[in-house]
Amino acid sequence: MNWRGIWAIYKFELHRFRRTLWTGLAVPVITTSLYFIVFGAAIGSQMTEISGIPYGAFIVPGLMMLSLFTESIFNASFGIHMPRFTGTIYEILSAPLSAFETVLGYVGAAATKAMLVALVIFGTAHLFVPVQVLHPGLMLLYLALVALSFCMFGFIVGIWAKGFEQLQVIPLLIVTPLTFLGGAFYSIDMLAEPWRTITLFNPVVYLINGFRWTFFGTADVSFGAALAATLAFAGVCLAGIWWIFRTGYRLKA
Amino acid sequence: MSDPILSIRGLRKAYASGTEALKALDLDIQRGEIFALLGPNGAGKTTMISIVCGIVRATDGTVLIDGKHWRQNYRETRRRIGLVPQELTMDVFEPLMSTVSFSRELFGLKPDPARIEQILRDLSLWDKRKSILKELSGGMKRRVMIAKALAHEPDILFLDEPTAGVDVELRKDMWNLVRRLREQGVTVILTTHYIEEAEEMADRVGVINRGELILVEEKHALMQKLGRKILHLQLTEPLQAVPPSLADWHPQLSDDGATLTYEFDAKAERTGIPSLLAAMRDAGIAFKDLDTKQSSLEDIFVDLIHNGRKEAAD
Ligand SMILES: Nc1ncnc2c1ncn2[C@@H]1O[C@H](COP(=O)(O)OP(=O)(O)O)[C@@H](O)[C@H]1O
Ligand SMILES: [Mg+2]
Repeated sequence: MNWRGIWAIYKFELHRFRRTLWTGLAVPVITTSLYFIVFGAAIGSQMTEISGIPYGAFIVPGLMMLSLFTESIFNASFGIHMPRFTGTIYEILSAPLSAFETVLGYVGAAATKAMLVALVIFGTAHLFVPVQVLHPGLMLLYLALVALSFCMFGFIVGIWAKGFEQLQVIPLLIVTPLTFLGGAFYSIDMLAEPWRTITLFNPVVYLINGFRWTFFGTADVSFGAALAATLAFAGVCLAGIWWIFRTGYRLKA
Repeated sequence: MSDPILSIRGLRKAYASGTEALKALDLDIQRGEIFALLGPNGAGKTTMISIVCGIVRATDGTVLIDGKHWRQNYRETRRRIGLVPQELTMDVFEPLMSTVSFSRELFGLKPDPARIEQILRDLSLWDKRKSILKELSGGMKRRVMIAKALAHEPDILFLDEPTAGVDVELRKDMWNLVRRLREQGVTVILTTHYIEEAEEMADRVGVINRGELILVEEKHALMQKLGRKILHLQLTEPLQAVPPSLADWHPQLSDDGATLTYEFDAKAERTGIPSLLAAMRDAGIAFKDLDTKQSSLEDIFVDLIHNGRKEAAD
């Protein structure tokens, strides 16, 4: 393993994040506060509890996941798209790094930042509501797993995209709607049929509920189903990356 | 001769667009030499380098680096190769020092500030080590690219058109740098359209056109083998016109009538010089000085590509 090479990419990417550290952290703090003011105060006063959990606490895992998804995709896709765009990718491609090592550097850094943002949101939420985490270790592991999966997905988006505007398309047009419709801010049990059953086809439902389960020990789907869905998503992304390096798709002429 | 440090066999590249950039190219590079790959735009120089360095996929063929297959042993082989690409591409928001250290670590070597300092000093970049890359001039950026390529101490260095669009002074610096690298035992493969560059620096020259190596020669042998020479005769008395008795040699008379020039084929068995001189003596034309000059690689190059086209057309 070329650990130094992986570490070089990882450090480079984190350094890039550090240049925009303050905006990078201010944005999640402000959005989280806004969510609490709008959802917590305005809606929460109508809807005090969901499955026995105070509404304010109930939306915390959903808020964290929403940011984790978009941050992961954006950071990872930008991280690999930028060198493709400027041409500095030549150095990565000519280095003694395997595909796995290259991905580990980029995805590891993007996942680190995404997790940091999610934890900042968690901290901000604490200013508004008390939140207990039932399984903190599992919560962190699950957070890492989802972050890695979405960063791999973002890496694929960054390779696939032909321009910077396409980097925005997937998070904005697919992931954010799926998250809002996937029970980030409500329990899908509150939906009438057929919407409840249709919603079960939304993979994001499983990711959010799996994460919520680590907080409260209860969720709309079983933890096993959630974990299986998350692992399946990670597997699909891994296969996609394997295929990219195998064929050189948009990476090597 | 020892085994080649780089051995290319049957290398082919057809881009997805259908362009056949390389057509079964064979080439051996000797340890420690400076090899110039000379060819017009679109000849396939960058494609060849990119395939060796792992940036472009070969359609067919193999590359051996010191006897090791370049894909099967990519960790070992890539560590030995440094690449300065044709385009100036860099992370413009990075400080110089960290971008060069990054390159070293990317290749799996542990950070070595003393080594990096040496490289930056050699390239006159040390004073700028804290600068952000976008603040540097074009010439400095080009040297940064070289520093990055040297950061992992490669023993094979590719320079893809290192002096394209570079001013005279920097070009001289570049030549000196290449000579110093050779003294350290680095094998240098450079591409250029400037014939004077190949002539100035290379030990051997390869001429590539339309994806084919037209010829590979020792530079001196090449110039001798293919070079035409020109004989200049400084006449004691200016002539009005070339006398009919010398017409067989087709000599040219300068405008002032004081210099007679005669072009001859240096590789021919009979150069025609002794007979020309004899004929001049018979005609009573005396000269006070003479010299012969090798024609430049440029002439050779134009000649070769021209002949290549002619053959293709026939
Ligand atoms: N990525 C690419 N896709 C398609 N065609 C390419 C690509 N890169 C180079 N070519 C074509 O391959 C040929 C050789 O190009 P190149 O290797 O860049 O030549 P050189 O470096 O000698 O100027 C040219 O016809 C060029 O247009
Ligand atoms: Mg080129």
